[in-house]
Amino acid sequence: MEQRNYTKYFALLSVLLLILFLINISLGSVTIPFKDIFTILTGGIASKESWETIILNFRLPKAITAILVGSGLSVAGLLMQTLFRNPLAGPFVLGISSGASLGVALFILGSSLFGGFFLTEVFSSWSIPIASSFGAFLVLSAVILASYRVRNTMSILIIGLMFGSLTAAIISVLAYFSPAEQIQQYVFWSFGSLGNLSWNELLIFASVYILALLATLFIIKPLNSFLLGENYAKSLGINIKKSKNIILLITCILTGIITAFAGPIAFIGLAVPHIARLIFTTSNHKTLIPAVVILGAIILLICDTIAQLPANEFTLPINAITSLFGAPIVIWLLLRKKKLYI
Amino acid sequence: MGKNGVGKSTLLRTLSRVQKPLLGAIYFDEKNLENYTENQLSKKLSLVLTERLPESQLTVFELIALGRQPYTNWLDKLSALDLEKINTAIDQTEISYLKNRKFYELSDGQLQRVLIARALAQDTEVIILDEPTAHLDIHQTVLIFSLLKKLVKETRKTIIISSHEVNLAIQLSDKLMILNDDKILFNTTENLINQNAFTSLFPNDLIKFNKDLQQFVINKI
Repeated sequence: MEQRNYTKYFALLSVLLLILFLINISLGSVTIPFKDIFTILTGGIASKESWETIILNFRLPKAITAILVGSGLSVAGLLMQTLFRNPLAGPFVLGISSGASLGVALFILGSSLFGGFFLTEVFSSWSIPIASSFGAFLVLSAVILASYRVRNTMSILIIGLMFGSLTAAIISVLAYFSPAEQIQQYVFWSFGSLGNLSWNELLIFASVYILALLATLFIIKPLNSFLLGENYAKSLGINIKKSKNIILLITCILTGIITAFAGPIAFIGLAVPHIARLIFTTSNHKTLIPAVVILGAIILLICDTIAQLPANEFTLPINAITSLFGAPIVIWLLLRKKKLYI
Repeated sequence: MGKNGVGKSTLLRTLSRVQKPLLGAIYFDEKNLENYTENQLSKKLSLVLTERLPESQLTVFELIALGRQPYTNWLDKLSALDLEKINTAIDQTEISYLKNRKFYELSDGQLQRVLIARALAQDTEVIILDEPTAHLDIHQTVLIFSLLKKLVKETRKTIIISSHEVNLAIQLSDKLMILNDDKILFNTTENLINQNAFTSLFPNDLIKFNKDLQQFVINKI
């Protein structure tokens, strides 16, 4: 397709991303001079050794996590909106996030019901990501099985929503029977957190993320053909079933891994694709995919920076911030544009 | 052509493999339609459907360029040949002034031309159009029909359409297939008129086929 020249936009956004990345790293409960941050980042020796630990082992992984989570959720949202040709679709709507939440809820809350085995014996930093990936995968399988039976994408969307409310109900039942500390633990997880990843975990997260993103490049063509509807896409030589499955799989892997490591983070997946379409006024995925990657990273970095602003002592739950800012943005978009496109 | 519900759309959907044959098989260039891969078929047959397009921000050019998908590489990069075919399609349908508009800004008549251009860009021997004038006023309808007639002459493509516009179809098509509940007639328009094929197409209480005018006319009420 003919490409308008977006280089200027992308250059501008990249600079913005870099600035926000540096601002994000320079803020936190301990004040570190900017000069020292720069020295540490470029591999030099800072004035205080503890600063090095703070930057390299806490703030840097957190900022990178923010970038991966923000861009990954945005790509997942874009794929869902195109696949379902519905501007309201997002990773949450398919029930994948709810599946991940159910996995974690079963793990944390279920431990009291099914004996303390899970919590006491194998409780490590890996248990929650595994539980959440497993939950996401379970709901994904159910949705894909359903998609074999029903052709209509709207029905799949509704089935996803039903899975969502189903898992929410199961979580409520679990919570009702669980002791307060476990409910608290689950609630803390559901707030979302970007800061709990070690470099090892980040490495795994980043590898999966990069693989999923590379796979996305190969579905640009079917994604663009879906803009005409399924019958046209088919007449253009696209294998609908295969493309659909790949799109669903990429979305689930991205959402699953993100929810696993950062908790359920709302609104980014829904809102960022719309912001990208508004700025770039295109539906062509060759432009939109890089656009949502960079915008998603920028927006989650901003949210995370806001989250740690208040007292410099503690950070607000990231999930609350994304919703607090995401909801008004979507409302404003609707009021201003009167119409959302896919 | 045929009355509502007789199976025009079903026939076209089956011909274009949107749905499976209820019975029997379709052969295209001596090969069963079922045995074509998606990509092979997409180079033989293009479609213009009645369904509404999802609301996206595609431009007219981008929409027409999507017709080149069967030929483009995995990244959908347009070659010089692709661009040439797209521009030819735009010229043939006389819509170059719309090129950079968003498709959702267009009138129904303009959009129909764009969709025809997209099918032309797909560079197939056969183009199937389902009710191409369904939402158009009489002037636009005639414009689309004469465009199709012109395209058949210029490009030597086979264009198959289903239509409710019986009078226009009789005037403009080379061959007609008339679907009745009990029998199917397929012949040149002239022969069909001589066979009195049109007299039994609709119940005769309100409209009648006038052989001299070669038109359906409304009975005096």
